Amino acid sequence: MLVQLASMRDAYAEVLLELGEEDSRVVVVGADTSVSIKTSLFGDRYPDRFFNVGIAEANMMGIAAGLALTGKIPFVTTYAAFVPGKCLDQIRNAIAYPNLNVKIVSSHGGLTVGPDGASHQTIEDVAAMRAVPRMHVIVPADAPSTRSLVAQACRTLGPFYIRLSRPSVPTIYSASKDVEIGKAKILKEGSDVGIVACGIMVNEAMEAAEALSKIGVSAEIVDSHTVKPLDSETIIRVAKKTGALVTAEEQNIIGGLGGAVAEAVTESYPVPVSRIGVRDTFGESGEHKELMAKYGLTSKEITRAAKHLVDSR
Amino acid sequence: MEEQSIPIGMLLQKAAKIRAHILEMVAEAKSGHPGGSLSAVEILVSLFFYKMRHDPKRPDWPDRDRFVLSKGHAAPVLFSTLAEAGYLPTSELKTLRKINSRLQGHPDHRVPGVEFPGGSLGIGLSAAIGMALAGKVDKKDYRVYALLGDGEMDEGETWEAAMAAPKFKLDNLTAIIDRNGIQQDGLTEQIMPMEPVGYKWKAFNWHVLEVDGFDFRQVIDALEKAENMRNRPTVIIAHTVKGKGVSFMEWDPAYHGKAPDKDTVRKLVKTMLEE
Repeated sequence: MLVQLASMRDAYAEVLLELGEEDSRVVVVGADTSVSIKTSLFGDRYPDRFFNVGIAEANMMGIAAGLALTGKIPFVTTYAAFVPGKCLDQIRNAIAYPNLNVKIVSSHGGLTVGPDGASHQTIEDVAAMRAVPRMHVIVPADAPSTRSLVAQACRTLGPFYIRLSRPSVPTIYSASKDVEIGKAKILKEGSDVGIVACGIMVNEAMEAAEALSKIGVSAEIVDSHTVKPLDSETIIRVAKKTGALVTAEEQNIIGGLGGAVAEAVTESYPVPVSRIGVRDTFGESGEHKELMAKYGLTSKEITRAAKHLVDSR
Repeated sequence: MEEQSIPIGMLLQKAAKIRAHILEMVAEAKSGHPGGSLSAVEILVSLFFYKMRHDPKRPDWPDRDRFVLSKGHAAPVLFSTLAEAGYLPTSELKTLRKINSRLQGHPDHRVPGVEFPGGSLGIGLSAAIGMALAGKVDKKDYRVYALLGDGEMDEGETWEAAMAAPKFKLDNLTAIIDRNGIQQDGLTEQIMPMEPVGYKWKAFNWHVLEVDGFDFRQVIDALEKAENMRNRPTVIIAHTVKGKGVSFMEWDPAYHGKAPDKDTVRKLVKTMLEE
């Protein structure tokens, strides 16, 4: 089967144009990364609703707060290397506390930004944003779901953090109507182990499921694109059905999706949880596939963890 | 011409009442920031009782002028002013900083008339820029005012915002700096020297005005000049005194964040309102 690759930021830039067309309240704020992330396309089409504030992330968030306070729906976009890292205070105090309708979309998240190295490989953002009250945290798996989730976020009142990765990724969703904010999506049914993933690791989870089926392990695959509020109901149901969970994310294993899933099952239906992610270390320069292999963000690691859980029952 | 229509007597009366509220509410709360509240009284009075287009009965009126208190620790002066203007009952002021009150230690969105939750310093001017940009996009003629502390100029974000406002030609934005010369640890010129303040803002392409922040005529005249300036934001450097109106508080950094006791306040307020 031919694997179709598509870029999340292309999908984001395209859906922004559509949202800008259908709702004049949509404005875009950027910080000198607009050409790279392609939000400049919005600026070309709607110059009076596009504000480039230069390399000033704190100011960008404060301005977004002011725009939202006057009824706009600001999409604030730059690299995940700087958001929320350089502006957590502004996000917390000026956006989340007053529950403003600001959509923060960060691109180039995680290790797969590649050769830029550790300074630009943000692996803490999901955990940091999860810890902020009122914040929604979304990590889409592919281009079609990015498009859909961004559009839904635009129509849902309140602050959002949406995290995209840089590489083009295999398309998982045929029709974007398959995803719904707050609802984890069962991509494949299974009975022996549940694999809960988000972002580019969903595709790795799908590949792991194939490898596992060859050795007689039936894995259920869940795309938990909404990391917060977590769809605990679905996660618990999968835990009850399979008795063991593996989580997979392009983030530090501390505080992200793995943390959220472990918290959810621990409170209501404890099962063993094995977390796949960056193991509390900084990254380095390298091509994205090399980095994923070196830091254990692969279908192979997911397969190994799932098999280990099943074997030790 | 303009001067004759300024109701100085009424403004003076409001200022005296607001000073009394500030002292009473901070004493009742046993904590809070009286110094930087007292220094900003005439600025807020000039805005809320003379210059700004606003309606306490319609705090969400889309065409209202907006006031952003970036130096959020001066919440007592904002709450007292809003109460005197009719946004909330003055009897509520004594609930400042108490559990279950909407009058938080720093202002937030629960209080009608509060436009922005200031508190973490450095953000307010950015937020005011966002509001002013929205006004330009919507072709509305409301104005946005942001009150900054002088200590707040230590924050990098203040200068990010200072660079951005002239880029967007925000002549609907006026920043006011409460230049009382004192920050929490001591004199601003000792903690982090910031002079020449006016030249800094000029260098960032702002229209810069300097006034005595306790002189209603000067403050209002500057606000009018700001309104008449085209294509550039204005900053008004208002020279003030921290703790203004209470002799033992004036120029004493200790009263940045310390409440006076109730007995002292009772005597002070009596004298103040008699004057």
